[in-house]
Amino acid sequence: MFITRRAEFSASHVCRSPRLSEEENRQLFGKAANPSGHGHNYVLEVTLEGSPDAVTGMVFDLKELKEILSREVVEPYDHRFLNREVQPFDQVVPTTENIAREIWRRLESPLNCGGRKLHAVRLYETPDLFVDYFGESPCSA
Amino acid sequence: MFRLTRRYRFAASHRLHAAALSEAENQRVYGKCNNPHGHGHNYVMDVSARGPVDEASGAAVDVRRLDRLVERAVLAPLGDSNLNTDVQAFRAAVPTSENLAVEICRRLKRNWNRAFPGEWPRLEKIRIAETERNIFEVGADEIE
Repeated sequence: MFITRRAEFSASHVCRSPRLSEEENRQLFGKAANPSGHGHNYVLEVTLEGSPDAVTGMVFDLKELKEILSREVVEPYDHRFLNREVQPFDQVVPTTENIAREIWRRLESPLNCGGRKLHAVRLYETPDLFVDYFGESPCSA
Repeated sequence: MFRLTRRYRFAASHRLHAAALSEAENQRVYGKCNNPHGHGHNYVMDVSARGPVDEASGAAVDVRRLDRLVERAVLAPLGDSNLNTDVQAFRAAVPTSENLAVEICRRLKRNWNRAFPGEWPRLEKIRIAETERNIFEVGADEIE
């Protein structure tokens, strides 16, 4: 069984890679490469896989899940300029893909316990653009 | 591995009418959708591609390139059209949203390698919402 919890944070970022030329950055990222940055209302959906506990009837305590998402993601990311204030985005371009992967890394160890495991991280940059990350394994449908 | 999904919108009209069925059968099968003058929808289309992140750019899919491909292959020819009369594929096939999803998937597959010549990203699936209540999904591997 899968359970999903949603969380939101608002943050600014610049999509600009030091490994690409000015022209390549402009071509790939367009206006998102503006060095002063811009912002999004990100929406995060975290999906866990597991079986309901025989006693509690729950896959995971949603109060605890809320606290973990808050501690690991919302508190460090919300109302921050990701490139300047949140590691590793001083080194890694904060594309939607890289933010989703970093959120996976932060959540994997607190969530993978007692027969439950992190199944997917979905991150909406806007309602019209989102990324699903399933860890380092090939993605399923 | 990542899946990136981008949402697009277009409006088009269609009429559901199968040439192989009688008038009465068409009425029974398609109901109001068989109205001879057609009707329209605001289609919402999600295009999903998958691939690994390119470590230099931090992106699995070049979204601007995807936008140009979708604009050229789908939105320009299908947007604000009458699917039955303006789109070759629907002279023969009934423009149900099932067939529309397949046609869009074919168009993207046909043009994919020109837009994305490398091994990745690959087109994964198309999801079309005809209305908020009617949603159709087709995997790129399901069709030729």
